[in-house]
Amino acid sequence: MAAEIKIRVNEQVHSVSAAPDTPLLYVLSNDLQLQGPRFGCGLAQCGSCSVLVDGAEMRSCVIPVSAVVGKSVTTLEGLPAWYAKQKKLAKAPALHPVQQAFIDEQAVQCGYCFNGMIIQAAELLSKTPRPTEAQIRSAMNGHLCRCGAYPRVIKAIKRAARITSGVLHAANDEAKAEVAR
Amino acid sequence: MSTAKATPSPFFPRREFLKAGGALVIGFSSAGLLGDALFAQDASKVARGAAAGPPDPKQIDTWLAIHADNTATVYIGYVELGQGSTTSLLQISAEELDLDMSQVSTLRLDTNLTPNQGGTYSSSSIARGSPAIRTAAAEARQALLQMASKKLEAPVENLTVSKGVVSAMGPGGSTLRSVTYGELVGDKLFNLAFTGTAPVKPVSEYKLVGKRPVRNDIPEKVSGKYVYLQHLRLPGMLHARIVRPRGQTAYGSGAKVATLDESSIAHIPSARVLRKGDFIGVVAEREWDAVRAARDLKITWDIPAVLPTSESVYDVMRAEKTRDRVVLQRGDVDAAVTAAAHVASGHYRAPYQAHAPFGPNGALADVTPDSALVICSTQDVYATRNTIAGIIGLPPQKVRVQYYEGSGTYGHSCYDDVAQAAAILSQLAGKPVRLQFMRWDEHGWDPYGPAHVGEVRAAANADGKIVAYQYDGWHHNWSAVETSAQLALGTPAAEWQDGAAQMVNPSDCGGMYDIPNVRLVNHHVPGMNYLRAAWLRSPLDLSFSFASEQTIDDLARQAGIDAYAFRKRNITSDRWMGVLDAVAQASKWTPRPPASKLSNAKVVTGRGIGLGTHLTSYGGAVVEIEVNKETGKVAVKRMYGAIDAGLAVNPAFIENQISGQLVQTASRMLLEEVKFNKTNVTSLDWNTYPILRFEECPEVTPIVVQRLDQKSTGAGEEVMAAAAGAIGNAFFDATGVHMREFPLTPDRVLAALRRG
Repeated sequence: MAAEIKIRVNEQVHSVSAAPDTPLLYVLSNDLQLQGPRFGCGLAQCGSCSVLVDGAEMRSCVIPVSAVVGKSVTTLEGLPAWYAKQKKLAKAPALHPVQQAFIDEQAVQCGYCFNGMIIQAAELLSKTPRPTEAQIRSAMNGHLCRCGAYPRVIKAIKRAARITSGVLHAANDEAKAEVAR
Repeated sequence: MSTAKATPSPFFPRREFLKAGGALVIGFSSAGLLGDALFAQDASKVARGAAAGPPDPKQIDTWLAIHADNTATVYIGYVELGQGSTTSLLQISAEELDLDMSQVSTLRLDTNLTPNQGGTYSSSSIARGSPAIRTAAAEARQALLQMASKKLEAPVENLTVSKGVVSAMGPGGSTLRSVTYGELVGDKLFNLAFTGTAPVKPVSEYKLVGKRPVRNDIPEKVSGKYVYLQHLRLPGMLHARIVRPRGQTAYGSGAKVATLDESSIAHIPSARVLRKGDFIGVVAEREWDAVRAARDLKITWDIPAVLPTSESVYDVMRAEKTRDRVVLQRGDVDAAVTAAAHVASGHYRAPYQAHAPFGPNGALADVTPDSALVICSTQDVYATRNTIAGIIGLPPQKVRVQYYEGSGTYGHSCYDDVAQAAAILSQLAGKPVRLQFMRWDEHGWDPYGPAHVGEVRAAANADGKIVAYQYDGWHHNWSAVETSAQLALGTPAAEWQDGAAQMVNPSDCGGMYDIPNVRLVNHHVPGMNYLRAAWLRSPLDLSFSFASEQTIDDLARQAGIDAYAFRKRNITSDRWMGVLDAVAQASKWTPRPPASKLSNAKVVTGRGIGLGTHLTSYGGAVVEIEVNKETGKVAVKRMYGAIDAGLAVNPAFIENQISGQLVQTASRMLLEEVKFNKTNVTSLDWNTYPILRFEECPEVTPIVVQRLDQKSTGAGEEVMAAAAGAIGNAFFDATGVHMREFPLTPDRVLAALRRG
């Protein structure tokens, strides 16, 4: 039966009325009207619904909403602010550097899987600022892409890593140069 | 650039119900470039959506509108599937109109708004879509110049256009007076017949076509602002799920409800069972309650045990009494084979494979006694409208179908099935519904790419010229009736009539080579005791090329000629030669002895080359693989793929498409196979139907062979066949053994190595 449940999502506390075993995804999609996490399999196999729970990537399609009470949930929408907090920036950027890198590399095909890709990559870079390609592939291996965008995703994560670790400041300039080419 | 004034609310993002002329009209507004701008604010724009389409293709207004702010909306009859073709068609429009990319936008497909250009099939958006859009834009520009000529009191030949600003030029190139398109037309209709007679720009003057403007949907897609079908909600709607056996049954048999206990979900708030014939669904106010109700409902089914099983399907198909059709007959194959120096042959097998969109299909429907709205991810809004009208008993003109992008679909997945199901459920519920297929619905009830048996025989003379080629292919046709209609109405299963794409394909089967004696025979297996089928990206082409290109390599080996050189010797088409040379050069192909002769290691590497396509365009590929002879594990390490698709409107998009095709081909050749027993499909999710992952992903090198002087043709699926053939050839190079069947799973590989 439905219960009043308080959850913290993207630094805001929301009170929702839901059965405690409701998977978090359905609360995020229907009650909080968020578009980042999205239904892919409902089985924690694909990564479509990924969110960060206290900074760790988790599959919202199988976590009961009651399990995140007292924790901090971050969705794709809250990723720039989460990054700003992590990096102690005064103001959140418009996009997390991983998001920007996905644009710069034109990595997207249908883009449906990119919620999980970006969430997982953001988690990876928060823990391993300069991952090797093998580390990227290993960290991302639980995220599927049916369009076959993996090669560009790997490139985009490498680019984002250069930016977040301070190696590459002029990301946009580089992107513009590449587009012009 | 969108002219929308309203900011969408995040949730019911863009819905404004208006009554106009008695028809249900939805006004949209969106900030997105691919968004559905324009209607709510302006009466003339609302009027556009008031009547059921298709709009008259002989009117300029059907194809584009010029707005007061000097932007244009182009009405396109092809859907965006993440391939970028919408942006490409906008490039073409902007080119002819002399606008820049920020001044053009389009709308999602809608049977009240967008023209009927047929379905988005066979990678034909540019090939079939661009002529009308290009000439309509050119004709609109011509009309605009005539208006400007009057307004500026200057002859047309003294006018120039840049970014929608028309200027009258004076002596010495000075600008005398200017007027914008927006000032000339400003949201009013052209009311002009579309004659198709205006001259289009010569290629030499292109400023946008052939360039690489970026896709305009990506920023919204990575930020979470992009509205996929799965995000949509309707006011007052119920959440719905279907209830079917887990895993589809034989197409001709369907499934019959044996027992149903509706009280089994009485404990779930607001949940109820909806039934029409053997079509069962559940609805509830909250989504999780609908999911739980579908899960907990006590139901049993009568299912006949008539499927051949995924292991036996090839032998069963091969033994069927088939309807045979000679697709191509030239010369005398038997005589040429008898006289030839080298003869190669083989029996090859390819499995059912699933579309398996990453996000399962969904649809929203609001069916009332006298009208219906259905929002779904169909690739053909008008065809879907007609079918749904028949199912719910309304005239097509009373049904409005709108397209929203879901996740990539790679052909005909469950998007029609889910749309029909949503309409049936809304009609039964008397309320709007949102139906989301679960993962097992999508995987389990997909109309798969059909299984195939191919038998090839080819011969070459002592000079290494191919003299004879025969291909016999066994498969059943695509399914013409969706499961929802079958279960709800008892509509008998039926197959498509013979057509081009589900026949043995001459373009893959020897068509790239100059061969005097050819015989291609299609053996149509009756499909009722098999699985549902439809076109899966590059339909059957991977199967054809896997068989055919290995046979070509066999001949090359017998003739003692390098595989690349052998192909060059047998090709005269400069288009095929172009893609072949492109991949050979990119991969630094040089003749060498077979890898299997070079190494006895446990893990061996091999390379292969292949050609193939779908219906148009030209594809070439080189693949490098690694085979672990102890474990049977195959890894694709590197793939080079080239497509010649004529004039490449946006080479960057085609490169992205090639990359995706190569990776998806590696997935399909190494891993993908739909498994089924005598009653049901058992491949129901990503564990039972694995696809390629990051750690297995090859390096890819996409190559676009630009042909400015040729018509644009398809680029969304035309290198997959070549890559499939190249993978087969790479395996033989590495091991000296043929793989006659894919996917190249460890079990199959070990069995093949044992056979030798």
